[in-house]
This record gives sequence, C-alpha cells and structure tokens, in this order.
Amino acid sequence: MSNRGTFSMDWTLVFMYLALVFIGWLNIYAATYSDAYTGFFDMNQNHGRQLVFIMGALLMIGLILFLDVRLINLIPWPVYLLSLLSLLAVLLFGQKISGARSWFTMGGFAFQPGEFAKVAASLALAKYMSQADFSWKKFKPRLSAIGIIALPALLILPQPDLGSAIVFSAFILVFHREGMSPLWIFLGLALGVLFVFCLLFDPLKLSLAIIGIIGLMMFLQRKIKGRWLTYVGILSGILIFIQTVDFTFDHLLEDRHRNRINILLGLEQDFQGVGYNTHQAQIAIGSGGFWGKGFLQGTQTKFNFVPEQHTDFIFCTVGEEWGFVGSVAVILLFAAFIIRLVMVAERQKIIMYRIYGYAVASILFFHFTINIAMAIGLFPVVGIPLPFISYGGSSLWAFTILLFLFIKMDGHRKEIW
Amino acid sequence: MNRRAYLIFTFVGLVALTFIGRVFYLQVIDDNLKLSAENNVIRRVKDYAPRGHIYDRENRLIVGNQPAFDLMVIPNQLAPFDTIAFCEIFQIQPRDLKRKLKAAFDYSRLKPSVIIKQIMHDEYARVHEQLIFYPGFFFQRRLLRSYMYTGAANMAGFIGEVSETFVRDNPQYSKGDFYGVAGIERSYEHILRGKDGVRRIVVDVHNREKGRFKDGMYDTLPDPGKHITTTLDIELQMYAEQLMANKRGGIVAIDPKTGELLLVVSSPTYDPTLMVGRDRTRNYSRLFSDSINKPLFDRALLAEYPPGSPFKTVNALIGLQEGAITAHSHYSCNGGFRFGRLFVRCKCGTAGPIPLKKGIYKSCNNYFCNTYKNIIERYPTAPIGLQKWNEYVHSFGMGEFFNNDLPTGRKGLVPDSTYYNRVYRTNRWKAVSTVSNGIGQGELLVTPLQLANLSAIIANRGYYLTPHIVSAIDGEDINDPHFTVPKYTMVDSIHFETVIEGMYQVFEQGTARFSKIEGIEMCGKTGTAENPHGQDHSIFMAFAPKDNPEIAIAVFIENGYWGSRWAAPIASLIMEKYLTGEVERKHIERRMLEGSLVEEYAKQEAILAEKKRQQAEEKRKAAAQ
Repeated sequence: MSNRGTFSMDWTLVFMYLALVFIGWLNIYAATYSDAYTGFFDMNQNHGRQLVFIMGALLMIGLILFLDVRLINLIPWPVYLLSLLSLLAVLLFGQKISGARSWFTMGGFAFQPGEFAKVAASLALAKYMSQADFSWKKFKPRLSAIGIIALPALLILPQPDLGSAIVFSAFILVFHREGMSPLWIFLGLALGVLFVFCLLFDPLKLSLAIIGIIGLMMFLQRKIKGRWLTYVGILSGILIFIQTVDFTFDHLLEDRHRNRINILLGLEQDFQGVGYNTHQAQIAIGSGGFWGKGFLQGTQTKFNFVPEQHTDFIFCTVGEEWGFVGSVAVILLFAAFIIRLVMVAERQKIIMYRIYGYAVASILFFHFTINIAMAIGLFPVVGIPLPFISYGGSSLWAFTILLFLFIKMDGHRKEIW
Repeated sequence: MNRRAYLIFTFVGLVALTFIGRVFYLQVIDDNLKLSAENNVIRRVKDYAPRGHIYDRENRLIVGNQPAFDLMVIPNQLAPFDTIAFCEIFQIQPRDLKRKLKAAFDYSRLKPSVIIKQIMHDEYARVHEQLIFYPGFFFQRRLLRSYMYTGAANMAGFIGEVSETFVRDNPQYSKGDFYGVAGIERSYEHILRGKDGVRRIVVDVHNREKGRFKDGMYDTLPDPGKHITTTLDIELQMYAEQLMANKRGGIVAIDPKTGELLLVVSSPTYDPTLMVGRDRTRNYSRLFSDSINKPLFDRALLAEYPPGSPFKTVNALIGLQEGAITAHSHYSCNGGFRFGRLFVRCKCGTAGPIPLKKGIYKSCNNYFCNTYKNIIERYPTAPIGLQKWNEYVHSFGMGEFFNNDLPTGRKGLVPDSTYYNRVYRTNRWKAVSTVSNGIGQGELLVTPLQLANLSAIIANRGYYLTPHIVSAIDGEDINDPHFTVPKYTMVDSIHFETVIEGMYQVFEQGTARFSKIEGIEMCGKTGTAENPHGQDHSIFMAFAPKDNPEIAIAVFIENGYWGSRWAAPIASLIMEKYLTGEVERKHIERRMLEGSLVEEYAKQEAILAEKKRQQAEEKRKAAAQ
C-alpha cells in the first residue's frame, strides 16, 4: 500500500456506522427472538445469519481499505455495466420472492442486485459529472446524467419494486449540489403536497381555493404588469395537474398502492387487510411509551404482530422496546450521520469524490426518510430497508460498500498527487 | 462550505423534527395504542368458579357439582382420521360430525370449537384414552350440576348455557357461561354463581399460546359460589312426590313458626338429571313440549285453583272480627242458601240451627253464605263492604305476591268492587250477587302456596312469616326482615280458637275423620272445588299438632272428586311422616301410592276435546248461516 502514511480514516463516520449496525443486530435479534430459541449463533435464525452478513461486511471493509484508491477511478463504468446486466438478468432468471422478481438465490442465501445498483449508479454518476467538460447548464450532459440514474431505476421498476426504484429520485439532491436549480426540488415537493390535497379534498373546491390564493398574491404584488403571464401559467398548470391527479390515481396506480395511500390519508380504514401493517406498526411503536418495554420485552415484537418486522419494519422494534428515548436516539444518530456525510463530502477536493459523497448521503437520507415515515404512518407502505439496521445481506453489504468506498476516498484527501 | 449544502441540512433537520414529533405523539400522547397492543397479545381465559351446593334443612346435599367434558377441536391440528371409528367411539352421527367440523373450520382454524358438549364422567372414562389417535381433538373440563335426588326438580331448578340475547342484557356473562334457568338456581343465581377467575395468557399473532402474562401476576383465582341451605326436607319431598305419582296437583308444606317451606311438590314432575349431559337438549324439549302433563309448570307455585271450602275459615275469621257473627251465631241449613231466586246447594246434612264450630266441620255452605252476607251488609253499600272484605283477605296473603325468594309465583285472584262493577256494569249489585265468595268458589283463585300459608296463619293464631326456601347462605342464617318478622292479619288472635276448634273437629268427627293419626291433635279442612275444567278438585288444608303446630300443609289434587278422597289422606301421610318419622297406616299409604287418576285425566281430556269440537262445529254453523 503506497499511501500508508497519509491515509486518515474518518472515525466519526466509522463509529456511527458500527453503532447503527450494532443497533440493527440487537433489534433483529429481538424481532426474531422467542422464548424457544435463544442461541446467538443459530444459523437458522435471522439474527444468526445477520451476524454472518456483518462478518462479511467487515471483510469487505478490509478489502476496500486495502485496495489501491486509484482503482476507484477505473471501476465506475465496468461496475455500472455489470450492474445493469445483473438487473436485466434478474428480470429474466431471478427468483420470485413475495411477488417480486428481485432475487438470485444461491444455496441458502439470496442476492438482490437492486441494492448494489445504487452503488454502481453513484459511482457512474460521480465519474460522469466530474468530467471536466460536464456542465449542468448544458442540455445533453444533463440528460445523460439523468439517464445514468433513470436506467437502473427503470430496470428495477418492472420487478416490480416501486420502493427501490423511487430511491433513485434521491439523486435530485446531488444534481442540486452540482448546479440544478432548487426550484425543481420545491416544485417536486409542491406537486407531492398538491397530490395529497387532491386526494383529500374535492377537486373543484381545491381549484377554487388555489385560484383565490394566487389571485390574492397577484393583488398584493403591485408591479404585476410583467409577471401576470407567469402567474396565469402557474395557475393553469396547477389546475391541469389537479384534473390529472384523479385520472392518475384511478387509472395508473395499482390497487395496492391506491389502498395504501387511502389508508395513510385516513380515507379508508382497514385494520385487518391492507391497513394491517400500518396499524400494527403504530401499535407496536406506540405501546413502547416513553422508556420502552426493554430489550426482548416487546410483546408485539416477540409475537410477530408486525409483518416484516426484522426487515422493513425494524423501526417498530426500536419503538416498542426502546421507547421514545430509543426512537429519538436512532433518528438523531441517523440525522447526524447524514449531516456528517455531507460535511465530509464538502471537504473533498476531488470533484468525483464530492459528488459520490453527496450520492451516498442522498441515498441514505432517502431510505431513512421513507422507511421511518412508513413505520410511523406518515408515508404509504413501500418496502425499502432502513440502512445498516434492517435485516438483509444484500442491503447491508451494498450500503457498507457504498459507505466505505467514500470513507476510502476521504481517507486519501490529504495526499497530493 | 458550499451554501447548497445547507438545503440538505435543512431537509435532514425538518425530517428529524417531524419524526420526533410523530413518535412523541404515538408513544407519549396517544394511549389507545398501548391498549391495542395489550389486546393484541393478551387473551383472557376464564377459570370457571364452581357453583355453590344446595343442601336441604338436614344438611343433606341436594345439588352438587360433577365434572363433564366438552370435546373440542382445533382444525389446523387435525390429521386425517377414521371418521367411522370416531363416530362409533363418540356416539355421534357422521352427518353431525361433518357439520360441526365445517362450523369449526369456518369459525377459526386456530381457535378451539366445541364438537360434543357435556360428555359425562362414565362416557369420558370409556373414551378419553382413545383420543390420542385423533390429534387436534381434546377434552375441556367443565363443572355441571349433579343431582343427588331424583326429586325437587321444580325447586332446585336447573342451569343452562347463556344465549346471545342473555349476554347482551347481562354483560357480566359471556359466551359459554352457565346460569340458573329455573328454581333456586335462578332466584339465587348471584349467590350460587361465584366469581370466575381470569387467567391472562399471552398469544402470538396466530393466537398460539405463549405462556402466562407476567407469570400470572394479574390472574385472579375463581371465587367459588356460596353454598345454600334450603328449608326443604328432601326426604319428605321425595315421599310426597311418590304419593303424587299419577296424580296432578300441588302440595306445599310450611313450618308455621318460621315460614320455612318444608316441601313444594308439583306433579307431574321430572327427573332433574335429565337436564345434564349429552341428551339434555332433547330431554328439555320433550318436557317443554308436553302440553298435557306440563312437567315444567310448577303447580305448587303457579297453578291458581278455587280454594273451595278451606276458604270458609277466612270468612269465619272476618265475620268474628267484624262482629258479623259470633261463635254462637246459629244458622239452620235447609239443604242450601236461598235468597230470592238464588240458591246455593249444601250437602252438610245437618238439621236445625248449628253454631260456627259445627258449620266448619260440617262445611255448611248455608252458614258461610250467611256469614259473608252479614259481613258485606254491615256496610252502607255492597261495594264498600266488599272492599273491606277484600282488604281482610289480602292480609291473609291472598291476591298478592309474596315477593319471596322463589323464582316464580302468582297473585291468585281476590275480586274487589271494581271487578264486580265491571262484571255487572253497575255498582248497584248486592252482597248476595257475590255470595259464592263465602264458600271459596266463584271468582276466587289461590295457589297451593297461598292456601298452605293460610293454614300456617291459622296455626299461628293470626300471623305468618313470608314462606321462603332458603334458610342459610354459607352456613350463615338469613336475616332479611321480610322473612323473619311476622306479618299479622287484620283478625285478632282471640278469634282463631273457635275456627281451630272447628278444624280440629274435622279430624274428630268431620269430613277427614278417616285421615286422623292416632295420638296427634290435628286440624284441617277439606275442600271440593267446582271448577270450569271438569271434575271437582280435591283440596285439603291442615296443620298439626293443634296447640304447638309444626307443620301446615295444603294439598290440591286436580279432578280428585272430593277433599277427603285424595287430598286429606295424602296430607295426613305427609304430616305423619314429618311428625313421627314413620308411617304406620300402611293401608292408606299403599292406597295413595298406587292410586291413579290417569284414567280420569284421559276422560277429562276427551270431554275437553269433545267440547272444543262442538264449539268449532257451532262456530262453523254460525258462519254458514
């Protein structure tokens, strides 16, 4: 290793990572724990397998730290290509598990290429956007950048795995950092809010209300002359959107998505059917109280009232057994982790590394937001894991590689080439 | 740092704050979720409390408990099995088994359902070892009633499973519970029931049991029902029921000093053990639908008969109190009571003027028609007089409920002025229009219980204690003043002696002289009540011994011709057994035990049917015209 003297690891990130993995394992153990099985290393149990995955992750970390950093400049395109091929292959030859063709199975273990596609896309995007002649202001490069993201997302979507596909929209934050107008982000958010409003309220009344608000804004703005066209344009855009939402919701979304959204908005109540997950998840979290029931004391957890509790609904275990205190701790740890990642990304001198760092932060932020929002009933149920905490080898390894590639990059920031 | 980084910081901050707020709401503010969580995992399982025992006055166990077993099934634990062999062993029709299994599957694959209810111990001993060949089936133990005697069914009553409607009205019960349907089981339900315990069992999402909640810290033990000591003399009750074989009617005997019911017999009756076990439903519906014998109808408490001649004592007492007659008032009977076109026949066969005492033991209709007429005519108008008379009769416990601890009862009927105003459509009727009240006929109706109470009143010389069936709960005597404080009639005790003397002579030289027990001074009054349903009822009212009464009794035998034919001998046998412990007069006993009125009842039914047929005929003819 040529860079031994100058390599400096960001221990804050590493410790946070280890903390999250440890919290994850404890909660997986609790989620699969029952009075009958108590062995820590039982390979037939999820917590036992997760322990193997963690060992594997540690090995990968060692490997990444050992390898020459210059490799990182070489691998993005091959890795990206490989990733696309694997996504294509899984669509053709993959194993169907609970309705989605997202898995290759080998022996007792299953491998989910969709998880690794995030790493590949991040690398490829960082590589592409750090080219000297790249500029967000130019149309063609911008389109290519979006294409790099869209391609894997479009291959994941038909598995079908809506959750993993929309994760790729997280890259909007990367684009923003590299020059995209923040307006697009706010527009996206505004449309999201408007979408929810459309479902909650009568379209006609909503239209009238918005006409009223914009009318008021036009009235209050004195020098309206030059801008009235813009206002009218926005207004008509909104009105068209309202009209299309109904159509989209009724005709383009699938039943299960529609139901999940309706239940989330409180338009439907169905604690036994589609709403069961959301309802039980909130019961589990809510029953934790302020201090929680204590490790392995969660009744909802122990007796499996929340489906998928060791994977996508792992936050329920945290909520039930560790209470408000534990939940806040995990939320703050994650928030700090993401902020730390952004800060580390910002100190990169090499543009590719910075972009990659942003990609890592964005993906983790997106997973964190959607997963917990889903568990606490703020977002419809989409199956994406909570990074480092949820059970699952593919997801743990993918996130570990994602993170430690960045830590590796960062470790070499003091080198002068 | 690039200012574009702050947008991410802001987003992360906002998301974190939103999450913390939401989690705070869920975990700290919203309490419903904690409740839902508990409901998710904790199943409350009842630990049934054993019902209290029922004892008789000598502490003989009448009703106890016995284990029975419900055969249950958990559908998803079933393995394919030989249904034919199974049906053979458990004595169930393959069709029924199929139906029950389907119902169990429809209800829940994981929760137990009942296949056969109430398999009794004998059968259980035979079949329970076979059960290992049928995984998915198991036995659940329940406590059922066990009856030590085949008698007193009408008094003890029986228990049954609560219906959905019952649970809706009585939320302290839940599905599968038993409750007292009839008899003491019903009126003392709250005492006998006890309090079921609750075991909290933790279950997982599939409703599989995972052990006890907090090691049973919050579990409650069942609180067994309290034992009840009744006032019944079960041996005497059994004896009376045997005497009543093949006869219809009711007998009530009271200890006049305490108001305790020594026996309450209704005939025909049924074997209480029929109400337990696998055939209970079939048995019950057979008893319930027997519209001819009506075994579930408690004649001693519910049947309202005309009291007949024993009621003459009441008129004698009222007359004495009111001064309408004295012990020495004499009336001559000329074969009946005449007033204008009214004639009440009398078969007393006396000649010349007779005093009150002889009027009683000869049961002279004329005497008491006159007495009654005198009572009413002491008042300005007949309605006012009748109202006064009515008040007197009510003070004897007739025409009203006792509100005692028996589950059922009837008021009987003591007509008042309003009643006759309605019947005669005027208030200008005279005493003689209602003169049949004088001899206990006409509109008057009493239950055997009320007549027995009359006997107790006379025995006590003027008061009674509300007749009741329970004397102690868990060994502690009842102290309800309703049962322990005497209720006085409106007649002074001084007037009773003449009437008692008359009733004494009934045994000495009157209508019941053949029912006399040697060595015991007995008082009684026979009755032969005309009734609209056919042959006269045989009635007898008595108490003994005369000066220190220990038992007061009333016997009604439906269609038993006349008082001394059935009712008097039966009453005297019961009194002999109670007072001496042994029945010496075997010939009377044999005659009563073997005597049957079944043919008479068949005749009555035939007459009734004929009458109905004729009525229908007439109706049809009328309609045709």
